[in-house]
Amino acid sequence: MATIRLQREDFDIGAETAALANGRTDIGAVVAFTGICRGGDGGQPITAMTLEHYPGMAETEIARHVAEAESRWPLIGVTVIHRYGRVVPGENIVLVLTAAAHRADAFTAAEFLMDYLKTRAPFWKEEERAGASAWVGASETDNAAAQRWATPSTCSDAAE
Amino acid sequence: MRVLYFAWVRERIGKTQETITPPASVETVRDLMAWLAGRGEAYAYAFENPAVIRAAIDRAHARPEAAITGAHEIAFFPPMTGG
Repeated sequence: MATIRLQREDFDIGAETAALANGRTDIGAVVAFTGICRGGDGGQPITAMTLEHYPGMAETEIARHVAEAESRWPLIGVTVIHRYGRVVPGENIVLVLTAAAHRADAFTAAEFLMDYLKTRAPFWKEEERAGASAWVGASETDNAAAQRWATPSTCSDAAE
Repeated sequence: MRVLYFAWVRERIGKTQETITPPASVETVRDLMAWLAGRGEAYAYAFENPAVIRAAIDRAHARPEAAITGAHEIAFFPPMTGG
């Protein structure tokens, strides 16, 4: 039921949404989150970003979190596509689609998946500014965002 | 066992992966980081602050105290910044 893909190339949100929802009458809501490469937050603009990943683990780790989302919310379908390689500002990086009968479950599950992707999926961003490259540091805001989903059963896991 | 390095850990060490045979006294992820740090200047630089390095044993997140006995693949990397 879940579609998980890691790819170099861009994705088509319309086509992915159609693949998830077309021909079904039990879906009442599809939430689509697209993460896009920003051109920077002030200072030197970012000219490009390279996403490195751990093949083999990245897919497994995303699948684990999709399975957790499916156990916590009544989802009908999930799609996660994460790009790797070099992207430039304005290009897509990640797509999360969640389908459910009602919107609240789809919204919440999409947010949960994104918060976990940010902090637990083995991807690393390296930014290029003015010809120099620098690895992006982990964000405390992202860590706090992921932490709020921890349940008594997942606390030890989230603290790893 | 096979050891993989990612992002700046990989850059500092200058290798994407290698096969190592640590002594039996190296029992945990923490022990392995300390042992690797003793292999030379590049390794010492990569593991200079082990508290910020994350690890995975056989493609699953692992804590510093996790036992490495029987592991086939251990990876070291900085905190993740995907999404």
